Amino acid sequence: MTNEKRENGAFMQRDRNWHPPAYTPTYKTSVLRSPQKALLSLDNTISEMTGPVFGHNIIGDLDNDLILNFAKEGEMPIGERIVVHGRVLDERGLPVPNVLLEFWQANAGGRYRHKKESYLAPLDPNFGGCGRTITDEQGGYYFRTIKPGPYPWPNGVNDWRPAHIHFSVFGQGFAQRLITQMYFEGDPLIAKCPIVQTIPDQKAIDQLVAPLDMGNTLPMDSLAYKFDIVLRGRRSTMFENRKEGN
Amino acid sequence: MPQSLDYLKETASQTAGPYVHIGCTPNFSGITGVFPEDLGTSMVNKETEGERITVKGSVIDGKGMALKDALIEIWQADAKGLYNSPFEMRGTADPNFTGWGRTAGEMDTGEFVFETIKPGVVPFKDGRPMAPHITFWIVARGINLGLHTRMYFPEEEAANKVDPILTRIEHQSRVPTLIAAKDGSDYRFDIHLQGDLETVFFDI
Repeated sequence: MTNEKRENGAFMQRDRNWHPPAYTPTYKTSVLRSPQKALLSLDNTISEMTGPVFGHNIIGDLDNDLILNFAKEGEMPIGERIVVHGRVLDERGLPVPNVLLEFWQANAGGRYRHKKESYLAPLDPNFGGCGRTITDEQGGYYFRTIKPGPYPWPNGVNDWRPAHIHFSVFGQGFAQRLITQMYFEGDPLIAKCPIVQTIPDQKAIDQLVAPLDMGNTLPMDSLAYKFDIVLRGRRSTMFENRKEGN
Repeated sequence: MPQSLDYLKETASQTAGPYVHIGCTPNFSGITGVFPEDLGTSMVNKETEGERITVKGSVIDGKGMALKDALIEIWQADAKGLYNSPFEMRGTADPNFTGWGRTAGEMDTGEFVFETIKPGVVPFKDGRPMAPHITFWIVARGINLGLHTRMYFPEEEAANKVDPILTRIEHQSRVPTLIAAKDGSDYRFDIHLQGDLETVFFDI
């Protein structure tokens, strides 16, 4: 599946039947925020095949440690200690090295550290809820955190978000830019969540569910969950389709 | 059965949600002391080549209300038309220009402001020049998959008229949705998610 030659062509077309559509009335906020006209379909240009890169030097020692990066000296947040790890791959199965991942989440009680958040669960004075890392040469990444709690949100009268971690992913080109959410294996709220259910294909939902990974736990310390992320792959440039003379 | 192609499926998108700023602009959202600064806050420095410009605008919903919880990113070429990216094969971009900006917008109004430079000309695949443009990517609560679009410049009338992308738009009456307005010395680029003025978004 790997190609010797590092591909630098356009990205494969996005499968818009796999992603959630823009207009999903059971997720009410989408109703007034969804474009209604057809998108303009275009093959990538250099403007989308390139994208920003971030050096490993921007990453601080605790950036991938949400247990410690906001905690007071000698203290720690309350909750289940977990390691989240995985790889960033492209649709060809190739690793996507040296790309920035950012993640954010609620605390163990399901409360975000945000001024617009009004859930009655308390803030944890030792938990900020944000982290970041850059993938290694094999596309691998890991971070340590507290398992977020589920929380209610104003959509239906009694809608609850399953426990989840938000991910922002940069690829090598701006066309790969992606934001998604990771869910936890076995959570009964996944099937009931209007945001999860914006995704039409159950297989695409399953791909967002991280399995418990006992092989990467730290005994007497942390459980582990594995979450691989797949970005758009580049099309072949074996024969470029340039018009003769250009 | 033929052989299997073995491609993986792209991870499905989920909305950035109302708290995207915790992860992407934590200092803006009041979480200080974790990262020294929010990424994408500054695109230029004193040495950056090119004409300094300010781009302002709002992301507006189907009822005409400006979003206050969006995250807007831009990506653009330098003054010579080169991207600051390892996948830029045509030369080396200005090392004093990142080409990438990110903002949550103003706290009270949601209005975004980018201090940047006017980009140079970048070629289309067939070698024809594309008119100078800035690529936008917008995420927010209620947006299930990030929206791609472009901003073009009003003074580039001749280049816009033959731009390979703008000329592909079937309803030419929608082209102005991609062209910023000159607002004093600034550019104004409002992004309409719906309605008669709906911005042309790209499947790209």
